[in-house]
Amino acid sequence: MIRLEAIYLLLGAVLAAMAVLGALDHSNPRRFAAATFWGLLAVSFLFGSRLTDLASGVLVLAMVAIAGFGGLGRGAAHTTSPAERAQSAARLGDRLFLPALVIPAVTLLGALVLKSATIAGQPLIESRQATLVSLGLGAVAAVALAGALLRPPPLAPLQEGRRLLDQIGWAAVLPQMLAALGAVFALAGVGQAVSSLIGHVIPLDNRLAVVCAYTLGMAAFTMIMGNAFAAFPVMTAGIGLPLIVHRFGGDPAIMAAIGMLSGFCGTLMTPMAANFNIVPAALLELPDRYAVIKAQIPTALILLTVNTALMALLVFHAR
Amino acid sequence: MLTLIGVPIVVLGFLLRFNPLLVVTVAAVATGLAGGMNPVAVVSAFGKAFNDSRYVSVVLLALPVIGLLERGGLQERARALIGRARGATAGRLLLLYFGLRQITAAVGLAAVGGHVQMIRPLIAPMSEAAAETRLGALSGPVRRLVRAHAAAADNIALFYGEDIFVAVASVLLIKGVLQQNGIEVQPLQISLWAIPTALAAFVVHGARLLRLDGRLQREANRP
Repeated sequence: MIRLEAIYLLLGAVLAAMAVLGALDHSNPRRFAAATFWGLLAVSFLFGSRLTDLASGVLVLAMVAIAGFGGLGRGAAHTTSPAERAQSAARLGDRLFLPALVIPAVTLLGALVLKSATIAGQPLIESRQATLVSLGLGAVAAVALAGALLRPPPLAPLQEGRRLLDQIGWAAVLPQMLAALGAVFALAGVGQAVSSLIGHVIPLDNRLAVVCAYTLGMAAFTMIMGNAFAAFPVMTAGIGLPLIVHRFGGDPAIMAAIGMLSGFCGTLMTPMAANFNIVPAALLELPDRYAVIKAQIPTALILLTVNTALMALLVFHAR
Repeated sequence: MLTLIGVPIVVLGFLLRFNPLLVVTVAAVATGLAGGMNPVAVVSAFGKAFNDSRYVSVVLLALPVIGLLERGGLQERARALIGRARGATAGRLLLLYFGLRQITAAVGLAAVGGHVQMIRPLIAPMSEAAAETRLGALSGPVRRLVRAHAAAADNIALFYGEDIFVAVASVLLIKGVLQQNGIEVQPLQISLWAIPTALAAFVVHGARLLRLDGRLQREANRP
């Protein structure tokens, strides 16, 4: 059976190879800092399941120290010139799209078919992690197909991958860092502190005020936590259920569904949701790291208003 | 109340544009200590959660093939394809992608799409090429605006599509939280009530995308 752990080992090996290539890259003035940073991330993927929590924590602190003081630097790209690319594009034509479509195709196949496939009575892939495992398998199949099509030098997949990883830079680990921050917030009781704070502030005798407190609170708390999933239990237990449902007789399914979607409005507006908002800005080479958030804010604010209005109209009248 | 110390640290740190990794670490340590945890417990909790969330980084495995295809001229080919399509504009193209992404997410195919797999290699260069056929060579700010909108379209379509699917994580979380509080709801009820907002998202963001073409034109005309 192919488990998620195998995909972690593969990613760890790829990162380790990229770290070695980075250490040999004389065009990067901070090549050893960068190599150590990616090497430590490789260790986390290769051995993370066997490290103690404290060792993982120290490893993360070392990565933060490298990225935070001095940075990772960037070398010259090992890639083709614009003229070579135009020539290659003209030669290969639409066949170039095939490997790019292999990843979504295999991911799809995994989620629909491989998930429940068995070989000699053994499940083929870890079904709870079907999407992630198939994403990894799809990436491998796509590299193989692209290699057959382009016939690049043997190290090209790693060098080209490293070029993109260097463009993303430290932002590549920000999503994991923020998940870790969320865990510390939860352990320290930040959720309870926020919900008791909100309980003191809002007037309890007005339906519209309570609905606004819930939807706006979901958006605001999601912006702080970076994740609507972290905000939802706190806001629902603090405002939604006691006030909207129990006091005013609102419908819990409507309240919860629209409440979660109000949280998503917050996700669109916060750098704390790094994998959606900050990593893409780096990946698309945008110098303003908040450029994607700025493009999303008008839609997010309009939809937050729409959600609040929908809940005010629907939640008390559906039954 | 002292446990909330991490919130202003994060807000100020991001506003003042310190390195986010440092900001997050300082906020976590301060919050943990304020919450009465000892330093070793804070670092351990931080390390454990970092380890447990490695799954968010699996998408990095797609970087080698995307880089390889870029080396072989994928972006150039994507541009050429759009350059030939009459009537294609950046806004219309992104609207088409937005609609497809929302529909596929709504039927449970949220993994089809994404910034590494679709936006960087295909959708962003195609949108730039569509803008170029109308406006000529793009200035830096116009190009960056197109790219930011390409990334935004993926996010918004995903968020307001996936909740219509009954087996998505957020719907199951909602069911679980309500269940803990003694309320039984069916996942289907929750997903049905995601549809009004999904339609609103299509109308609101669709209108913004169609207006994007005019905005790009004005930005391009700016001396």
